[in-house]
Amino acid sequence: MGYYSKEIECASRSEIRRLQDSRLVEQVRYVWDNVPYYRHKMEEKGVKPEDIRSIDDICKLPFLKKDDLRDAYPDGLRGAPKKDIVRIHSTSGTTGKRVVAYYTREDLELWDTCVARALCAADITDEDIVQVCYGYGLFTGGLGLHGGAEKLGCMVLPMSSGSTDRQLQFMEDLQSTVLCCTPSYAAYLAETITEKGLRDRIHLRRGIFGAEAWSEDMRASIEASLGIKAHDIYGLTELSGPGVAYECSEQSGMHINEDHFYAEIIDPDTCESLPLGSKGELVITSLTKKGFPLLRYRTRDICILSAEKCSCGRTFVKMSRPMGRSDDMLIVKGVNVFPSQIETVLIQQGYAANYQIIVDRQNHSDTLDVLIEMTPENFSDNLGKITAQEKSLVAELKAMLGIYANVHLVAPKTIARSEGKAVRVIDKRKI
Amino acid sequence: MEVRQISVFLENKAGQLANICRILADAQIDMKALNIAETADYGVLRLITDKPLKTLSVLTKNALVCTCSDVVAVKVPDQPGGLAGVLEVIAEKGISIEYMYSMLSSHFSGNAVMVFQTTESSKVFADAGLSVLDAGEVGINE
Repeated sequence: MGYYSKEIECASRSEIRRLQDSRLVEQVRYVWDNVPYYRHKMEEKGVKPEDIRSIDDICKLPFLKKDDLRDAYPDGLRGAPKKDIVRIHSTSGTTGKRVVAYYTREDLELWDTCVARALCAADITDEDIVQVCYGYGLFTGGLGLHGGAEKLGCMVLPMSSGSTDRQLQFMEDLQSTVLCCTPSYAAYLAETITEKGLRDRIHLRRGIFGAEAWSEDMRASIEASLGIKAHDIYGLTELSGPGVAYECSEQSGMHINEDHFYAEIIDPDTCESLPLGSKGELVITSLTKKGFPLLRYRTRDICILSAEKCSCGRTFVKMSRPMGRSDDMLIVKGVNVFPSQIETVLIQQGYAANYQIIVDRQNHSDTLDVLIEMTPENFSDNLGKITAQEKSLVAELKAMLGIYANVHLVAPKTIARSEGKAVRVIDKRKI
Repeated sequence: MEVRQISVFLENKAGQLANICRILADAQIDMKALNIAETADYGVLRLITDKPLKTLSVLTKNALVCTCSDVVAVKVPDQPGGLAGVLEVIAEKGISIEYMYSMLSSHFSGNAVMVFQTTESSKVFADAGLSVLDAGEVGINE
């Protein structure tokens, strides 16, 4: 089992804390001096850089929200002069303005290091052939994994997303051992590989899948059909990209790169800090960034942090897989619904993880419809069997969500499959 | 040989059935019997064709969900009480019918043909004295 930066990844908690203390003080001073937008927020709250002497003082700092990033568009939060910026990335924001993040050469260096650590933790070495099918371009997935894999010395296939036939051709001919993409595309590739009977001709052994919510069941199904170990990776464009946190051999939670990012959990409604082990919204503070430093950025991801000893030897705090996002959480008939809950039920019942949730409002009451693709395994000449399965699916969804969902079985491959991020939810309500 | 039936998942959308029939036509497949069971959202199309395996493969290639199962084809006298007589024999044997449908053909002069899906094999039907048709007799020539 390898480490990319063993000294820091396995440092004692007190060493990590000391490093975070001094880096936070420096980062706050840097932001005060270089980012007028945030300085103004601090002034409004009556906080000065000298008030921040250690991590314990972090709660004095104001939060940054996605709205702030939109308000400050295009460069109100840039922390370094343009001549020092070497790259930008931008989020695929679904509403309103995009968010642009800036990177200095040092920022790219630290990002690549974070990703290289993630790859090492998944037992990937310079012997590996890494096929990156995340999109290249403004999206951070492609270039992020690319940079980390190259830094580690892997042979990198910069495929970008799409062109499934070409992906499979390269995978087979160049004997890729590592696949990097979204979990939904991994599932699609797995399905296609099985259909085409290519399983014996591929050499994959690891997968690094992120940028999307996925469940343990989905992991098990991808691992079984591709014969790989699948590792989660976490990140946000705003905070550099994938590699903020990564899964080790234990595959239970993602170690946060704590020398570069400080994580907190808050109650999304009251914004109160919650103790370790509580479920709440993840808030991240960058400790070393220059081009786009963010203090107390609200990620909208709901998760749990844990500082329990990990068998891999790393001492970095772990975050659970995000259980949903505080903003793409749907409220249907007053009940919180996360798409990942629906996905879990579907996979348990033997349906494909390709689904679409449609929320609408009829006669002043919310409706929840789930489109699900029929699979050969669940199909029968006996209508009774199909309807019985459908009933059990409806019952399981009700048990999981607490509300009734209308299930619609549709023909396979009719729900649009994006080769980047999947469109899972259509909310037609006009409230 | 048993009579093979191909079942196809049908989404409730205009043109679905036409699409399937065109796929079969292009593959030079001749339908011998057809039945649809439906719910509000989807249906199950059951087909007997002259080439069941080819039917299965050509439909699967066109991204349709299909399954293959054995059914029993029984000759029924085309006269009042013909079907009642056959069903009484089946009932006496305690066989429960999951579904059934009729097959049209000019080849069985004076007879109709009913297709049964039950828990029993065609042998049980034949042993009960019913006139069971084999695959060749219903026009399967694969």
